[in-house]
Amino acid sequence: MAKTLFDKVWDAHVVSELKDGPSVLYIDRHLIHEVTSPQAFAGLDKRGLKVFRPDQTLATPDHNVPTVNQHMTIHDLLSRTQVDKLTENTKKHGIRHYGLNHPQQGIVHVIGPEMGFTQPGMTIVCGDSHTSTHGAFGCVAFGIGTSEVEMVLATQCIMQPKPKKMRITVDGKLGKGVTAKDLILYIISKISASGGTGYFIEYAGSAFRSLSMEGRMTVCNMSIEMGARGGLIAPDETTFAYLKDREFAPKDGEWDKKLTYWKTLVSDPEAVFDLELHYDAADIEPMITYGTNPGMGVGVTGRIPDSRELPESNKLTFEKAMQYMNLNQATPMMGKPVDYVFVGSCTNGRIEDLRQFASFVKGKKKADNITAWIVPGSKQVEKQAISEGIDRILTEAGFELRQPGCSACLAMNDDKIPEGKYAVSTSNRNFEGRQGPGARTFLASPLTAAAAAITGKITDPRDFL
Amino acid sequence: MATEKFKTLISTCVPLPIENVDTDQIIPARFLKATTRDGFGDNLFRDWRYDKNNQPKADFVLNNPTYSGQILVAGRNFGSGSSREHAAWAIGGYGFRSVISSFFADIFKNNALNNGILPVQVSEGFLKSVFAAIEKDANAVLEIDLPNQTVTILATGEKEHFDINHYKKTCLINGYDDIDYLLSMKDKIVEFEKKGY
Repeated sequence: MAKTLFDKVWDAHVVSELKDGPSVLYIDRHLIHEVTSPQAFAGLDKRGLKVFRPDQTLATPDHNVPTVNQHMTIHDLLSRTQVDKLTENTKKHGIRHYGLNHPQQGIVHVIGPEMGFTQPGMTIVCGDSHTSTHGAFGCVAFGIGTSEVEMVLATQCIMQPKPKKMRITVDGKLGKGVTAKDLILYIISKISASGGTGYFIEYAGSAFRSLSMEGRMTVCNMSIEMGARGGLIAPDETTFAYLKDREFAPKDGEWDKKLTYWKTLVSDPEAVFDLELHYDAADIEPMITYGTNPGMGVGVTGRIPDSRELPESNKLTFEKAMQYMNLNQATPMMGKPVDYVFVGSCTNGRIEDLRQFASFVKGKKKADNITAWIVPGSKQVEKQAISEGIDRILTEAGFELRQPGCSACLAMNDDKIPEGKYAVSTSNRNFEGRQGPGARTFLASPLTAAAAAITGKITDPRDFL
Repeated sequence: MATEKFKTLISTCVPLPIENVDTDQIIPARFLKATTRDGFGDNLFRDWRYDKNNQPKADFVLNNPTYSGQILVAGRNFGSGSSREHAAWAIGGYGFRSVISSFFADIFKNNALNNGILPVQVSEGFLKSVFAAIEKDANAVLEIDLPNQTVTILATGEKEHFDINHYKKTCLINGYDDIDYLLSMKDKIVEFEKKGY
């Protein structure tokens, strides 16, 4: 029977199926960080169990870590305790752990791919909703809760009902200054923050095919922002070239064997999806969000909707968002003054994102009213940025390269946007208080963030290209 | 962790008629730093519930003594956003045993079920009736009958059937959890690993 890419990967990992119930799904790779794992390890200890497959597990602290002075003790006691717990738990259970100051430390969803730990056709889970990032490699990758983290630690399996399947096809060429981030923000604005709930999404079409692996990761990363469990893209030559020679990538004869398998990871031509959507790349411009969920976005030259244009059921949410953001409906986004710019997170903290930002700000100067945090997604990205001279370009333009972590994406460390201030952020969520209590977030691409950092207000980056 | 058994819940409700209530509102990230499952109820809806001086905001429903009960009634797409199970711990820790909405985010739904909290997904129309009943009488009582998969507004007798996965229903009624089941499968898992794919 014809199968979708998702079916092929999922079905290959079903250990058993319960009648009218979930599947027992085998997990190839388990990523762990300090926030959602302590209670899972405590549960394991309570049952007197050891980690079942420590070699298939990888741990790093990311949510809580400071982005300056990482060589010093973390001064927030609670953050330090969580980070220390991760060290203690991974040591006790023999799990590979990249602690602070280790050359491989970084955001879990940045280091997994960067080390080749993430490979096509795998099932990957992590106690973090942005695990969907790894779908860029043709993986079934999704976020889980702490009880499920405990299940994976104990048995390398979880119980999951099989989601429905959606395919989103975008054909055509993205315009100048339009990036992977704009592509996914556009899709979310079209189908809403809940439009993908219950689905796993395959992204297909020439617009996705032409993206780099970094761009594909940005797209898959935000699948969760439309409620989908995950998103995936069939692996191709771009994928294989990215993985070759990375630390955990298969070597020699094993590589060829894997490659033969990886090349089978495509949806069969006759495969049927529960829902198919099509968009045209030419319709997409640089995007910006105006509201308090990622579905509330428009083209940067567009305006905030008029509540009269919205369905009755959306009005309360919209009005609440306008109040929180202190914005007026039906007004343009361009020219809105901004206070902060954040480049980083598992969505846009990769080397290509830093390159995009740096290429834009090169030879220009930061606007006086802007505080900017440029945070690499990993130590490797930081190292690469320095070796490419990106840090110097940033310094000359008035910015500084900080140290890796999740940072202002969710503000569990000190990088909090102050109450009432506006931030253009390359992260994934603009929820109320996400970047700090009372913070107001506009989600955008690194290029649009760069344009705001230079002009001090929401600006169309294309005007400078 | 085995959970408390869930059969029938008869309770008054707390109404929260807002759509897209995300996990950052249910429990803001800065309160995720604990290493146990306890105490999250104190910070449930923290930034909607308290001002920056930690004073209760009078206009938020949890601070309104008119409303109480073990059932939270919320707008469409409840629990979107993060995979943080802390959101379910906060809801359970506060004392809710069920959340009723017309639509739930997937991961939240799983996390709730794994913590003995029943997400009851009802039609938009029924949800409207529930809000109307609470508006009419803040002490309106709902009956959630898990074995029969029904939810009833006792004052009006209006009743709706809800769906739940058979396996999850059995777990909830008996207080079982997935991990016991998975541990009983270990031989099969090892066999699966040997076979490869």
